[in-house]
Amino acid sequence: MADIDLKNVAKLARLHLTDDEIRHLEGQVKGILDFVEQLKEVNVEGIEPTTHPFPVRDVFREDEPKPSLKIEEFLKTAPKAKGRFFEVPKIIEDKS
Amino acid sequence: MSLNFAEMTASALAEAYAAGATQKDVLDSVRAAAQTKDAAIRAYVKLEGAQPKHRKAEKKSPLWGVPVAVKDNICVEGQEATCGSKILQNYVAPYNATVVEKLLDAGAVIYGRTNMDEFAFGSSCETSFYGPTKNPRDLTRVPGGSSGGSAASVAAHAAVLSLGSDTGGSIRQPASFCGIVGLKPTYGRVSRYGLIAFASSLDQIGPFTKDVRDSALLLQVIAGHDPKDSTSAEVPVPDYASFLGKDVKGMRIGIPKEYVASGLGADVKKAMDDAVKTLEALGATVSEISLPHTKYAVNVYYIVAPSEASSNLSRFDGVRFGFREAAADALVPMYERSRGTGFGAEAKRRIILGTYSLSSGYYDAYYLRAMKVRTLIKRDFDEAFAKVDAILTPTAPSAAFKFGEKSKNPLEMYLSDIFTISANLAGVPAISVPGGLSAAEGLPIGLQFMTKPFDEGNLFRVAHAFEQATDWHKKLGNVK
Repeated sequence: MADIDLKNVAKLARLHLTDDEIRHLEGQVKGILDFVEQLKEVNVEGIEPTTHPFPVRDVFREDEPKPSLKIEEFLKTAPKAKGRFFEVPKIIEDKS
Repeated sequence: MSLNFAEMTASALAEAYAAGATQKDVLDSVRAAAQTKDAAIRAYVKLEGAQPKHRKAEKKSPLWGVPVAVKDNICVEGQEATCGSKILQNYVAPYNATVVEKLLDAGAVIYGRTNMDEFAFGSSCETSFYGPTKNPRDLTRVPGGSSGGSAASVAAHAAVLSLGSDTGGSIRQPASFCGIVGLKPTYGRVSRYGLIAFASSLDQIGPFTKDVRDSALLLQVIAGHDPKDSTSAEVPVPDYASFLGKDVKGMRIGIPKEYVASGLGADVKKAMDDAVKTLEALGATVSEISLPHTKYAVNVYYIVAPSEASSNLSRFDGVRFGFREAAADALVPMYERSRGTGFGAEAKRRIILGTYSLSSGYYDAYYLRAMKVRTLIKRDFDEAFAKVDAILTPTAPSAAFKFGEKSKNPLEMYLSDIFTISANLAGVPAISVPGGLSAAEGLPIGLQFMTKPFDEGNLFRVAHAFEQATDWHKKLGNVK
């Protein structure tokens, strides 16, 4: 049986879960992990991992300026923006 | 003129244009059909008010003036793109996906955004923030997913063509459930630029169509290398229509023994048996092959896909797009609350699964091992395609299931993609075509052909020959 500390994983994922959600997810996620653990029976010794179906390579281009969307276009999609910036709640605490 | 253009294929529509139909006639007709049909089916998200997008183009592409509906995860400039999720409500895309640019350049018209499982997480369209889409064949059943709206719109004649995306079967399974043609191209064949990412090593955009010819016509327009997608392939795009009508004499078709040994339902088994007879009568040779590691495909997928998804979805944090939980007054709680409120249950499940698989101490046991088994699955296909030209399998284990039938048990839902997931893991192209009807309810059964990477030409060749030798695709008229 897989062991999973759901509260810690949710913290890593920056995902708020209610107690009810945690109760629900616990059983479901364990069930899914037990299922995927069937992979343990496959001999993978010496096998290279596949990240993409076909080899991917770095694609380079000349470092030339090209037209792109204006900053305002992207700021329009934000829940909150101010001037030329995305606005977020305070990050640094006040010194008391 | 009172022709119902929405009932036509794109190739029939091209003939109608040649005979003098105007773009206004066609759009009015398709709009009326979409609005009327959608009351019961709900294939579209916010259809009302969606303005068709087109640009002036010369009448040279077969898709000129043809309306195309797009899945709600494909960006169209100036239109909302919400992925069926609360967290992207009110997100208006500032640019066009490459597939949309290519369609507009060809003179096609973008009309309608189709419903989907939230972030394409699902096989039934039940996880959409907008509520489910219904299967036009039977309104008590799911249309499949995640591209359920794209499939239902075309099957109900509420659209001529549509685009979906396929990460583990999300085009092919709904095509099967709704009785139409759905294609997942080779990984890298179609640019993913402007497709809101789910799992970047698996996602492909592809067509939903009423027949195989339309599938070839639509892929022709959207395929090709795109400098904006570094995983798009620099492989020439052949003339796909030239493969249609070619016979399949001597073509070698393999049936994976692992796929049929697993105890197929009677309807699906009959469709497979009939297909073998049809293909042999057409002169193809059918033989048994083995894809021994594909029995682990669903296991691998539910590590790889959620891992990539948890990483891709980290960008939805209430800062740059969509929904923010206003009450939170510090940064981290703002992230956590926005995501906690914005994502639905299945998205949360996958974010948790993926984050766990990638987390320190578990990475080797889960993610790394899954990527190694993925290598073995890919090898199985390489070896199979040394012996056969195409592979035939069922698309799904059953016909469309009822609402609520699998939504309480995630694992059971995941297993409905058991036959489609391998193609995404290996990157090979795969098409679902109508292959029968269930005996009891007359529901569509889809069959899947696969070929080696970038061999969509031969995929269309065999699928078209099969389609023309049967009449399952013509049963589309019987929608409720």
